[in-house]
Amino acid sequence: MSRGDGDAGDDRGGDAGDRGSLMARPGPDGRFGEFGGRFVPESLMPACLELEKWFDDAWSDPAFRSELDGLLRHYGGRPTPVTECRRLSERLRIRLLLKREDLAHTGSHKLNNVVGQALLTKRMGKTRMIAETGAGQHGVASATAAALFGLECTVFMGEVDTKRQELNVFRMELLGAEVRSVISGSRTLKDAVNEAMREWVACVETTHYCLGSVMGPHPFPYMVRQLQSVVGAEARAQCRERLAGSDPDVVVACVGGGSNAAGTFAGFVDTPARLIGVEAAGGAAVTNGVPGVLHGMYSRLLQDEVGQIEEAQSISAGLDYPGLGPEHAHLASIGRAEYSSATDDEVLDAFRLLSRTEGIIPALESAHALAWVARNAGTAALPHGSTVLVTLSGRGDKDVAQVREILAGRRDG
Amino acid sequence: MADLEKELRARRERGRKLLIPYLMGGMSDDWGKALEAVIAAGADAVEVGVPFSDPMMDGPVVQEAGLRALERGTTPDEVLDGVARAETPVPVAVMTYYNLIFRAGHKRIARKMASAGVGAAILPDLPIEEIGPWAAEADAAGVATVLLVAPSSPPERVARICDRARGFVYAVARMGVTGERADLGSDAAAVVGRIRDCTDMPVCVGVGVSTPEQAAEVCAVADGVVVGSALVRRLLEGGGPEAAAAFVGSLRRAIDEV
Ligand SMILES: Cc1ncc(COP(=O)(O)O)c(C=O)c1O
Repeated sequence: MSRGDGDAGDDRGGDAGDRGSLMARPGPDGRFGEFGGRFVPESLMPACLELEKWFDDAWSDPAFRSELDGLLRHYGGRPTPVTECRRLSERLRIRLLLKREDLAHTGSHKLNNVVGQALLTKRMGKTRMIAETGAGQHGVASATAAALFGLECTVFMGEVDTKRQELNVFRMELLGAEVRSVISGSRTLKDAVNEAMREWVACVETTHYCLGSVMGPHPFPYMVRQLQSVVGAEARAQCRERLAGSDPDVVVACVGGGSNAAGTFAGFVDTPARLIGVEAAGGAAVTNGVPGVLHGMYSRLLQDEVGQIEEAQSISAGLDYPGLGPEHAHLASIGRAEYSSATDDEVLDAFRLLSRTEGIIPALESAHALAWVARNAGTAALPHGSTVLVTLSGRGDKDVAQVREILAGRRDG
Repeated sequence: MADLEKELRARRERGRKLLIPYLMGGMSDDWGKALEAVIAAGADAVEVGVPFSDPMMDGPVVQEAGLRALERGTTPDEVLDGVARAETPVPVAVMTYYNLIFRAGHKRIARKMASAGVGAAILPDLPIEEIGPWAAEADAAGVATVLLVAPSSPPERVARICDRARGFVYAVARMGVTGERADLGSDAAAVVGRIRDCTDMPVCVGVGVSTPEQAAEVCAVADGVVVGSALVRRLLEGGGPEAAAAFVGSLRRAIDEV
């Protein structure tokens, strides 16, 4: 390990995960309990199997790890701080800490994953990355890492999302990526994944599919969780420092595919902390989904009675996804993590609440986690006096125009 | 219900190249008529698509056909009922995605296929690693699970796939999704060769084969050919059963000359 300064240091949650942890490495079939697997066309199977080998090899290679750590530190701005929210804590009568992924380069946790996958792309001798994106944050992060490593980059984004996240489209183009607007299906994140998979089948020899969350076929859910586990590992050490050696009572993160939550949970799964994942009310795959297969994984999905996938509905493009990563489906089924949801209205309230009380404008995705805290503070789910860590997965700059429009529409309407 | 492998082997023994057109179940009111028309025009078996919301292996033409079918409210059971109602003197295989099978229940849908006269299923997102629970029920119901071999499949996988395949082995002509292409690409012959090294089951090539000339080219090395998007496009354009039959007839003539 290269990080020798003790600041959230060498204690990487991802590796703790391999020793009898509740977030262990999945078996050779890529299953977390019953969930996961590899449901991909034969054309892609060899690539998935090879990727697993490449990642295992890289992850156990100290040179790879130290290069990754160095990049996250000197390029990505890690470790990100944990901020104590004084005014909001007072108002909610809890002790609220934020893990500040909004302060990482490109404005969200997404960079942790893409820097790792870009390094892996180079290691595999591939010259191009493709990615899907919803809010645009993973697309921006992918375009950024591609620029940094001199890789070609194509980002697939649903047409609905290219419209509501126009600025991020331009950002990706500035970074040298090609953005392809996806006009199939519901024209949101799920369709962007379909299109990226289709492209991957055609170009797999030269191209790595840099999936943006803990979803898809094995090894992606595991690999992305490991790459994001830096969030949880840092946060655990930072919390212990702040909380006189103890862990928070409750750890909360928003869940789209579930990568910021998985990375966070990896750091706390073996502590007594309660783990809460918060989905969008219109994309609540744990609450309203049933088991099924989509995008290469067996997980919980919103679908109708014959198995057609339903469209998610959310104010936040990044949570507009009808499924979630298989490890979350597993953690829900064994009861180690709890999953709840927040409505668009609650999210808008939380978005403004954090802005006004703490001077931090959160991403709409991250505001889901805050909305859960605001709704539950003082109830049995979150008694007064609790210590709560929320992963603030991203900053809200990208959402300001959209929120302004919504609020203006409400005033006029 | 015709046994797909037996039927295809018998035709191959008579020196006939195998023609397997694909069309999307439920894509129009008269899709059952189109199914009958392509059989009359010389199909040796037919693939019927069951529309799925997220067809990962399909290009724009089959996507559009699936969307139309879903917009018409088509369900998997309705497609199977449609096959049962149609006059199908040759074997019918369904092609769809695994979630619809999983959701319906392996046993229920396998039996429903069998009773509708569907002799085989092609599930492109169900690789051999994951096939177990479905294949057990399919075998029990007498439904053949056709498996795909891709240009990227290494020899040891090809052997395992051929070992588990039923009906015929589907050789994927190129890396990519379904859709018409100007040229055949250079992979098909090698894929067929790798399959031949492992099995004497019938081998049919599909994905991207678009014209009578390409079908003939493929049949010079393979036992048969699957043609999807080129046929589906003609149906999407409103050509109806007549245009479908005319196109399949032209494919038939081309491969009969091989
Ligand atoms: C800021 C932010 N948070 C969360 C998410 C959701 O992704 P995940 O659930 O993988 O963390 C996104 C996705 O775009 C995002 O941009």
